[in-house]
Amino acid sequence: MAGVTRDETAGILIPAVSMRGITKRFPGVVANDSVDFEVRAGEVHALLGENGAGKSTLSNILAGIYRPDEGQLFLNGKLVELNSPRSAIEHGIGMVHQHFRLVQTFSVAENVALGLPGRFSKREAEDRVAALGERFGLPVDPRALIWQLSVGEQQRVEILKSLEREARVLILDEPTAVLTPPEAEVLFETLRTMAAEGRSVIFISHKLDEVMAVSDRVTVLRDATDVGVVEVSETTPRELARLMVGRDVVFNAEDTLNRATVDWERVVLQTVDLRANDDRGNPALNGVSLELHAGEILGVCGVSGNGQRELAEAICASRGRTGGQVLVDGETTIGKDPREMIRRRVSHIPEDRLHTGLAASVSIEDNLVLKAYRAHPFSLGPLLRRRSIRSNAIQLVEQFGVKAPGTSTSTRLLSGGNVQKVLLAREFSSDPVAVVAASPTRGLDVGSIETVRHLLLEAARRGVGVLLITEDLEEALALSDRILVMYEGRVAGEVSRDEADLTELGLLMGGRSAVGSGAQQTGGSES
Amino acid sequence: MNSNLFIVIAASAVFYGTPLLFAAMGEVLTERSGVLNLGVEGMMLLGAVAASYISNTASGPGWLVLVLCLLGAMGAAACGALIHAFAVITLRVNQTVSGLALTILAGGAGLSSYLANIWELKDPATHQFGKLDVFGLKDLPILGPVIFHQTMLTYLSWVLVVASTWYLFRTRAGLGLRAVGESPQTADSMGINVVRTRYTHTLVGGMFAGIAGAAYSLTIVPTWVDGMTSGAGWIAIALVIFGFWRPDLTMVGAYLFGALQGLAPTLQARGVDIPSAVLKSLPYLVTVVVLVIMSSGSAKRRLGAPAALGIPYEREER
Repeated sequence: MAGVTRDETAGILIPAVSMRGITKRFPGVVANDSVDFEVRAGEVHALLGENGAGKSTLSNILAGIYRPDEGQLFLNGKLVELNSPRSAIEHGIGMVHQHFRLVQTFSVAENVALGLPGRFSKREAEDRVAALGERFGLPVDPRALIWQLSVGEQQRVEILKSLEREARVLILDEPTAVLTPPEAEVLFETLRTMAAEGRSVIFISHKLDEVMAVSDRVTVLRDATDVGVVEVSETTPRELARLMVGRDVVFNAEDTLNRATVDWERVVLQTVDLRANDDRGNPALNGVSLELHAGEILGVCGVSGNGQRELAEAICASRGRTGGQVLVDGETTIGKDPREMIRRRVSHIPEDRLHTGLAASVSIEDNLVLKAYRAHPFSLGPLLRRRSIRSNAIQLVEQFGVKAPGTSTSTRLLSGGNVQKVLLAREFSSDPVAVVAASPTRGLDVGSIETVRHLLLEAARRGVGVLLITEDLEEALALSDRILVMYEGRVAGEVSRDEADLTELGLLMGGRSAVGSGAQQTGGSES
Repeated sequence: MNSNLFIVIAASAVFYGTPLLFAAMGEVLTERSGVLNLGVEGMMLLGAVAASYISNTASGPGWLVLVLCLLGAMGAAACGALIHAFAVITLRVNQTVSGLALTILAGGAGLSSYLANIWELKDPATHQFGKLDVFGLKDLPILGPVIFHQTMLTYLSWVLVVASTWYLFRTRAGLGLRAVGESPQTADSMGINVVRTRYTHTLVGGMFAGIAGAAYSLTIVPTWVDGMTSGAGWIAIALVIFGFWRPDLTMVGAYLFGALQGLAPTLQARGVDIPSAVLKSLPYLVTVVVLVIMSSGSAKRRLGAPAALGIPYEREER
């Protein structure tokens, strides 16, 4: 590596962590394919890659959780073998997992003290945590129970756990995924402080801006292998994106795509004063009326929890309606059974794609016919026709570019982007008149986001109406013809794409009436 | 005054509740590690038959034979627990199925009866745990019969209740144990050996069940009868829930159920005219009700069941 000998006066710099030729296979998948990875002491080193590129696997190997099938690990130049998380801890490696490893019913102090040697005293543990928090600027009440804390605070506990064990190498797996922007800013400050003290910080992310903001160097992973190491000061987000995806990325779908022409005469999906309750039985949807036209993408924005999920589910009849009407192509629907909406060719892409949208442990090919298996060509009387189910899958996997070892692989084993592609393949192949898509790009990597947006635009061009429910304002602005903002179960306002700006949308989302064009629309109905 | 009905029932509650307490306390420790062992009934019978055999065959001072009986009972029941541990921890078999299989294998018409048969256990146990007169206070009003006129096993159980409560909530090992039951991923990433913790506590739970079995064959019945625990193992499993997975509260539950069990002989002896079948079925009825109420997932969570109870752990799972 070029960086290793850069400092000539200090002689040869030995990297704090050096992983060489790491290979890790899971049934049907190679998660790491001969990966080389080096981190120096005192740097924040980002591990960048799309979902499924092998970032988490590599860091789990470094944390002693997975054992590599091949390859070697050197810490400060010495060959070591980590066969358990315990041995990783003993070698000064700490990891903050994406899904926190905390015992919810324990106090902060108990979580930090867990697994340490010596006699256990609650008081002593609490004092230590308080002192530690003070020293590193990570304040948290040692006596609080984990479930009472915000995610930001829980993350602090995770970091404290590693610091208590005097970790010299700290791995953070997608630490910002759960944080608000101000919380993330605080975290970045902490990471820089820790690096300044001579620790190595490994920051895993697929968000380019964050990587640019916090790290010194970046190793990019793609398709299970390392494709480059760059100094952040010498690169641009565009170059990183290219390395990560393997080609130039189009950041704004609007630039290159011909937009569909909306058929304003034909309303494919309409709701009239639609009402529904949330999971606890409280009213969550308080009379929403909207019209979706053929070829239109109608964005629905709002802070999450303002009835968007209930709207999608009430339309698709997977949630009971407590009032109002849903019309498909001008005909009223009963709304007691999701199958009715499937028959009416309304497609649903739910928020929780892996568990609501698909059957996680069922194979790709079976998931692809979940809506169509009852009839020709996939079944004959009570029997399934496996051959046509398989050829259907092979064709769709090809057409939608799903990366999978085979069509009989269970969907659970796929990365987030590929899971979403399987779901989209099923929904778009059923020839829908309208698609209700709830946060279809949330949690996906850049390449998959681009694919999904492309598919939505393409569907619109074929004359499908797309109801795009999203929290991502930029996405709504880039794709939609009109944007509705939801607030407390109602439509707070409507803006057309040409007039919309972020500030105005932000105000509407916060429940204020907007200045300008959206204002007169405020209220329950819009049509 | 000490023949007052209430006091008699209270004394019998402690007497009959003692084996329940042992078995339930053992199951608390096992479940705290995330392992559900429905084989308690089977393990108790293994303990009972081993204790019965040693009591009738070993020679030596009475106290020594009784100690041997307990060790034998603990060992026999731990063997049963080991089968379960291997199946559910190492092989990751469904815990419910494995536990039921253990009870069927070792239980009423199974291994324990077979052993009793080839060992020809017929006579009352030669050495039994008799009721003691502690500090000569057995005639003390009210407290005498309840507290100072019990068997050695009862006093042992009290020591163990204090010890295991202290272990669970005041020691580092107990903290680790609870972490394994709540979130094995977390415990593992903090360097706690999940597999060893689960094995240890499944075996310890088995040993406690063994003592419970010995309490039946050496004090309560105390002649060998096939399936002599008659469902006490199931009551113990319900008691774990009843006691919110805490040894101290489990003790309260055990004596409550002990009172229900003691009710039938006590009332009959006094000629109270309630059909004995009704009285005898009371503890089981209550058990069924408790289990039905508690069997919903949300109730379990609310009551403080270990979050990972019944879920096998595999480090490299994706």
